Amino acid sequence: MLLEMAAEGDPERIVLGSHDGGITAADLLERARRAAVYFEKSGAEVVGYFGVNSDVLPIALFGAALAGVPFTPINYRAPDEQLTGILGRVAGGLMVADDDEVDRLRACGAGNVVTKGELASAIAEPVTGEHPFVDPEEIAVLLFTSGTTSEPKAAVLRHRHLVSYIISSVEFLGCEPTEAQLICVPPYHIAGIAAVLSSLYAGRRIMYLPSFEAASWVRLATEERITHAMVVPTMLGRILAAVEDSGVEPPALRHLSYGGGRMPLELVERTLRDLPDVDLVNAYGLTETSSTIAMLTPDDHREAFASDDPLVRARLGSVGRPLPSLEVEVRGTDDAVLPAGEKGEIWVRGEQVAGEYVGNNVLTEDGWFRTRDAGWFDDEGYLYIDGRLDDVIVRGAENISPGEVEEVLMAHGAVAEAAVIGIPDAEWGEAVAAVVVLHDGAAATQDELQEWVRQRLRSTKMPCVVDFRDELPYSPTGKLLRRVLRDELAEAVGGAS
Amino acid sequence: MQLKAGTRLRSATDACEVVVVKAPAEPVDLRCGGHAFLPVDAEVTAESIESGFDQGTQLGKRYSDEELGLEVLCTKAGEGSISVGETVLDVKGAKPLPASD
Repeated sequence: MLLEMAAEGDPERIVLGSHDGGITAADLLERARRAAVYFEKSGAEVVGYFGVNSDVLPIALFGAALAGVPFTPINYRAPDEQLTGILGRVAGGLMVADDDEVDRLRACGAGNVVTKGELASAIAEPVTGEHPFVDPEEIAVLLFTSGTTSEPKAAVLRHRHLVSYIISSVEFLGCEPTEAQLICVPPYHIAGIAAVLSSLYAGRRIMYLPSFEAASWVRLATEERITHAMVVPTMLGRILAAVEDSGVEPPALRHLSYGGGRMPLELVERTLRDLPDVDLVNAYGLTETSSTIAMLTPDDHREAFASDDPLVRARLGSVGRPLPSLEVEVRGTDDAVLPAGEKGEIWVRGEQVAGEYVGNNVLTEDGWFRTRDAGWFDDEGYLYIDGRLDDVIVRGAENISPGEVEEVLMAHGAVAEAAVIGIPDAEWGEAVAAVVVLHDGAAATQDELQEWVRQRLRSTKMPCVVDFRDELPYSPTGKLLRRVLRDELAEAVGGAS
Repeated sequence: MQLKAGTRLRSATDACEVVVVKAPAEPVDLRCGGHAFLPVDAEVTAESIESGFDQGTQLGKRYSDEELGLEVLCTKAGEGSISVGETVLDVKGAKPLPASD
């Protein structure tokens, strides 16, 4: 429906690709229709996307929607074991993949694989036929999201959630045709999906940079006259450095939004100083809420930055105010709503909030979703995030489950107990740290254990520091007190730097 | 008719289609071109547009009655105007949020 509206509203507007030769709205709709027919013929129950961003993504996304089947972008960096598990859960699916991923996909159990190139050829032919109207209750997108245990959960987003989010937060064709968005966030992240929908509905051209490299980003932003971009915290620091080094500032850039993890304050301030004409938006949202639920606007940023009042200045570290179409509350352990200034869990309710995993709807009886994020409101309704309640480490925009890394550490012969926690980090928001207790008489070095983890999981999950202790703190009920370790290590690291 | 967010409707008099963004708990006499809206997959009828209800609708605009708590988004434009009973709905002014994705 969103694509159809865009195609009807301004069919000749270039919505995807280069300003010089990109795909128009009408063209995208046509290709999506052809893709839908292809998907229907293949009998796929789910359309998967396994690879980096490309122009095929929106075609596959909308094609799946028109065909009435769920779309699931999958993390191509997932280790084989996890990938096999995921593929098992979407058996009966058709995977649209990068050429160099086909073998791996088949090896991990994917039955039906088509390369992006093959799909593009298959839809070169026009098709006829109407598409049956798709029920808004149908599942639009499945996104696998990590939690505290190593098994990822499949978050369910139905058409009505995504559509509601878009129509209540985006002005239809509110953009000039000259506006263009550089998308460099992974397709398997909610931001990657939301970006396609909101750009298209707003009439903002999408330009993909499949893998991030700072100088390329700056170059593409300049050549393609990019006006808008979304960055995760790690990208921003590198982009600012690249701008400084090259002396070239993308001339059309006027809007940067960021989110996905904690943005270090120094970086926000540096951006406000180095790029004063660029509007900054901090967007807080989750997969389960169809992305953004609160936002720190450009005015909020500038006002806070210019203020002498410490309370106002502090807002640069907040995620702003909830979207008007939603209700957000901070609640205590007894589920009671807390007043401003008190820390608790962030709860949210609204049409865009799905709060659902395959086989499990976790909304409360009256429709609230518990984010498992800790936070608090200030007196003016600005929301602050204080880490996760459930100990998931958010490094860059990646969720890392401590349990997974702990298991790997404990598989090492010398390690008796292991606790893995997130500690504040200027570049990544949070970094992975480990605290271990060795067996009596055993020996291991930090380097050894880091290498041990790196070989078994990805390098992003490798602890940046390993602290050796005689014992770990446990609660009276035997629960590992990660928060205590986190506080102790954060202090030690903070003190040292 | 009883409305809820996400309900899709079509006009009985012209090409207009809408999706409900916000709906009150009570039923609403929602019309286009002076005749009650139909479910979007209903048979196409061709009632004529009543005079006074012919200002037309625009694709992508939202029409609302704030007091009632009703808001609909026009997903296909048409010649009739949207009303609750005899009262034509206003176009909701654009107060766009900054882009976040």
